[in-house]
Amino acid sequence: MLVNEIINAKDLPVMEFDGIIVGGGGAGMRASLQLAESGLNTAVISKVFPTRSHTVSAQGGITCAIQSDDPDDDWRWHMFDTVKGSDYIGDQEAIEYMCSEGPKAVFELEHMGLPFSRTEEGRIYQRPFGGQSKDYGKGGQATRTCAAADRTGHSLLHTLFQANLKAGTNFLNEWFAVDLVLNSDKAVVGVIAFKIETGEIYYIKSKATVLATGGAGRIYSSTTNALINSGDGIGMALRAGMPVQDIEMWQFHPTGIHGAGTLVTEGCRGEGGYLLNKDGERFMERYAPNAKDLASRDVVARSMALEILEGRGCGPNADHIFLRLDHLGPEVVHKRLPGITELSKTFAGVDPAVQPIPVVPTCHYMMGGIPTNINGQVISVEHGEDKIVDGLYAAGEVACVSVHGGNRLGGNSLLDLVVFGRAAGLYIEESMKQGIEVKDASNDDIEKALERLNRLNASTEGDQVSVLKEKMQQNMQTNFGVFRRGDLMEKGIEELAKTREEVNDIFLQDKSATFNTARIEALEMQNLFEVAEATAITANERKESRGAHARDDFTERDDENWLKHSIYYADTKEVSKRDVNYRPKTVQAFQPMVRSY
Amino acid sequence: MSAAAIPVAQIKTITMSIYRYDPTLDKKPYMQDIIVEVPTDKDIMVLDALHLAKAQEPSLSYRRSCREGVCGSDGMNINGKNGLACITPLSEVIKRNKITLRPMPGLPVVRDLIVDMKQFYDQLEKVRPYLITKSDSPDIERTQSPEDREQLDGLYECILCGCCSTSCPSFWWNPDKFLGPAALLQSWRFIADTRDEATDERLDDLEDAFSLYRCHGIMNCVSVCPKGLNPTEAISSIRNKLLTRKKG
Repeated sequence: MLVNEIINAKDLPVMEFDGIIVGGGGAGMRASLQLAESGLNTAVISKVFPTRSHTVSAQGGITCAIQSDDPDDDWRWHMFDTVKGSDYIGDQEAIEYMCSEGPKAVFELEHMGLPFSRTEEGRIYQRPFGGQSKDYGKGGQATRTCAAADRTGHSLLHTLFQANLKAGTNFLNEWFAVDLVLNSDKAVVGVIAFKIETGEIYYIKSKATVLATGGAGRIYSSTTNALINSGDGIGMALRAGMPVQDIEMWQFHPTGIHGAGTLVTEGCRGEGGYLLNKDGERFMERYAPNAKDLASRDVVARSMALEILEGRGCGPNADHIFLRLDHLGPEVVHKRLPGITELSKTFAGVDPAVQPIPVVPTCHYMMGGIPTNINGQVISVEHGEDKIVDGLYAAGEVACVSVHGGNRLGGNSLLDLVVFGRAAGLYIEESMKQGIEVKDASNDDIEKALERLNRLNASTEGDQVSVLKEKMQQNMQTNFGVFRRGDLMEKGIEELAKTREEVNDIFLQDKSATFNTARIEALEMQNLFEVAEATAITANERKESRGAHARDDFTERDDENWLKHSIYYADTKEVSKRDVNYRPKTVQAFQPMVRSY
Repeated sequence: MSAAAIPVAQIKTITMSIYRYDPTLDKKPYMQDIIVEVPTDKDIMVLDALHLAKAQEPSLSYRRSCREGVCGSDGMNINGKNGLACITPLSEVIKRNKITLRPMPGLPVVRDLIVDMKQFYDQLEKVRPYLITKSDSPDIERTQSPEDREQLDGLYECILCGCCSTSCPSFWWNPDKFLGPAALLQSWRFIADTRDEATDERLDDLEDAFSLYRCHGIMNCVSVCPKGLNPTEAISSIRNKLLTRKKG
């Protein structure tokens, strides 16, 4: 059966695994490793060869209190920083779990062979990152981010791929997952997926489906994200009737290379680099007198945007900021930041050991996502009550567990991946041992998951993907960027609503079954659109400024009404609120305070 | 980026001559000339130009992901030399307003610029590209001195793009028996790692006429590597290790 035919559920071949993981990035491969090592028949469905996943682009490191740089470091301090960084809507039980389990997960990576940089004592090298402190904010800057030069994501992703080869994980590489299959109990029992190379399509059946599809930064026109970051898991979940949480919270990384959007790690500032405006002023001293250039990302990005808006940007168009590194000397720049040196030369034409790098705040990370508990189980909210969705798990950027809340700290994404990829794996392993009984999907159930593909195959006219995508990206960039305002967001929402039908009815001209990238891009576009619409509607609903969500018309944080998660469902397009978890198990909860750096 | 948004004075047209082949439609491969408008006031990468071509010809197929030279998806043959489209500036390769793009040589073509990488990945798996240890892991990390860790620089950065192996005549001739520069670089990456405890087994695996010894030092791998790595040097290091082992 091929992907370009009219596909009937009854003719669809079936493949079966104990556990399937959709996505071959850091979270997916950490989950699959756990399952494969426990002897379960595990498959990773990845639309690219796993080492091409976006985890590869992470640079600066993985933040964790492993007590290498500072033997007195404490995971509770890391927890405090993360809660504060989240602007108090990160779930404290989840943050506690991540920070306390973190060292174990990091040491496991080292045991698998991750080539961490080293200290003179031979331990893992750590560098300072933004938003880090000692002694609950009272002891000054901490040095907590474990690094492999500035290629930590690359090293982590390749190491996990290698470990999965060793463990015998089945890889369905260059397979595309289209939609979730739900049985009559609304439990998830697998996915529809096709092999991109040949177009062979299958129902891949499993009692445990893990979504680890990463982010969706491509909803914006300027982003550090890979071209493949199209929010496939979010699209699948929303279409299947699951909610997304805090999806309005998008991180703009302070230092994307001007014009190209490629990332320059926060590790540059961790190693001693700093930002300059056109007057050569270290302006972060004005905005964050204590942490300066190492304030948290939302604070630095807003300060930079203000400098540019107020006419103090650099360059002939006064539209960027300079990141200065040359004072560190070529030794530090080339040894600690070799990848940055390469990227700066290629995409900005400068050698950072000699000249400053032109940078601008650039869309980087989706703090929101599919709500889960700390076992990775997906949660739906019915009449204000949490309810577990049977058979479905999510981990990594696609999930919202939520450890990042309104703003993620640098180095916490890689930790999130390995800790919660592992946690989902551990939980699935345990529940498989106890035995899971689920109803099979009927042909009608499967048919529902085939609708989107069949519609695309039947298309004879309509808009092309490239046109629709550009329109959406411009809209999101203009109306849902670093600073937001009600009237502009409403205009943006209206524009999206007008495009909705066109996106549902995308025209696929090329119907070939063989490595048809036009089909992939059409399916991805529909996923991106789901994320964009959810972001737009939720951002307009949250009438306050918190974390990365900064409104000109509601400039203050409103703890009375909005110390809450937002929950959005696609079928009603309505936003509701969910309580933030303030119940850590072993420490006292950190209460909201004024957030200054 | 849209060509329409650029003022006319800052646009020029270039011809992209691109290898096209869809086995379900085409009897044989052909070269298609696609004319695209590119800006003149700034340089763009070959991958950006490909996006412009694909906006005109949505059926044009190529792999891409990170667009910054770290994921290794878009290895292709650019004007006769393998490289990554996303970090190759158009200005460096364009000749008389023309650029020629073909799939990486030596591997079966799936469609257009996309090759079947199976042989490449199979060879990689043969070198057991993962850390093998026999002793128990400590409760924290294993220690490794900065000097020992430095031995991995120039090795761990490989992105598995395939540019090296598909430019290697020895790999073209024996893609099933000669491991090729990429896999051998990985092999040395683990032999050189002081934490690995399977050096002897790894060397045993390479002691046949083909796996390693088919390298004739042509060094195409070195000249095309988009990350500036040196597989030939890694191969010499393995040879030296094998020699000293025999003597020992």
